[in-house]
Amino acid sequence: MRNPFENLDKVLEHSVRLQIMSVLVANDSYDFNSLKEIMGITDGNMASHMKALEREKYISVIKSFKDRKPNTKYKATERGRSIFKKHLDGLEQLIRQQKK
Amino acid sequence: MKETSDYEKDLFSIRTMMERSVKFLSLSGLSGILAGTYALLGSMVVYFILYFPNSPFGFRFHYIDEKSTLLRLILVALFVLIFSLSTGYLLSVRKAKKLSMPIWNFASKQLLADLFIPLASGGLLIIILLAQGYYGIVAPSCLVFYGLALIHGSRSTYEEVRYLGLIEIGLGLACAIFPGFGLIFWALGFGVMHMVYGSIMYFRYDR
Repeated sequence: MRNPFENLDKVLEHSVRLQIMSVLVANDSYDFNSLKEIMGITDGNMASHMKALEREKYISVIKSFKDRKPNTKYKATERGRSIFKKHLDGLEQLIRQQKK
Repeated sequence: MKETSDYEKDLFSIRTMMERSVKFLSLSGLSGILAGTYALLGSMVVYFILYFPNSPFGFRFHYIDEKSTLLRLILVALFVLIFSLSTGYLLSVRKAKKLSMPIWNFASKQLLADLFIPLASGGLLIIILLAQGYYGIVAPSCLVFYGLALIHGSRSTYEEVRYLGLIEIGLGLACAIFPGFGLIFWALGFGVMHMVYGSIMYFRYDR
């Protein structure tokens, strides 16, 4: 059997980034504040993880205005989706292997 | 290196985040329109019980404190409620199938719980006050509590539900200012507003 660690992704090792990606994969797009609310973390903490994901091109950012207030929305990119899926496969394989 | 249980935790957190983040979008605009229609039909029946042949703004033939009248009004309200809820449920099941989403997920359960608490407390309060003879309280508090329930529930479904809730509260308060016009406000809030809201949702999301 292939080495399951090949599928695991370094960026997604961090659980906050993994959780952010799972929200973005399950939804068409998500705004900063709602995301922060369900994650239950601080502004700065969220922002730094979003920057990291953006730098790796896992997510794209859509900035707009809603009622004259800035409204930032995030979307998972195709690249982000496929890496997330591979990471999930890797996790599953690992657990299956070690259960044997 | 991480332990197996860490990977299991990762998988578990993915599952919960996905479930928690998805909103319940299987509400159908059509069910809003139909619920509004039932409410308007119900209001017409009530009009015939209470006012006919006078105008609904004028003189009443029956006072609500007659036992038989009260019973008939409660029956009409129950019919409207049952028809609206079952239509809403059936159409949501249909839309969920179309979107290939489960009807029972975290979001829909959260929505029901959010709606249930204000509605049940309002309903109980109204029944208690009704039993003590405060008939005037029924129409405004139905509207206000329904509005509060909608605002509370809007976090797990379409954002527009929140505005519908605000309007219902406004109508409820206005209704309390003008006693005796409960039926009119009731028809506006539960009938007309549902039809307007349902049509907006239908054109925005369902086509």
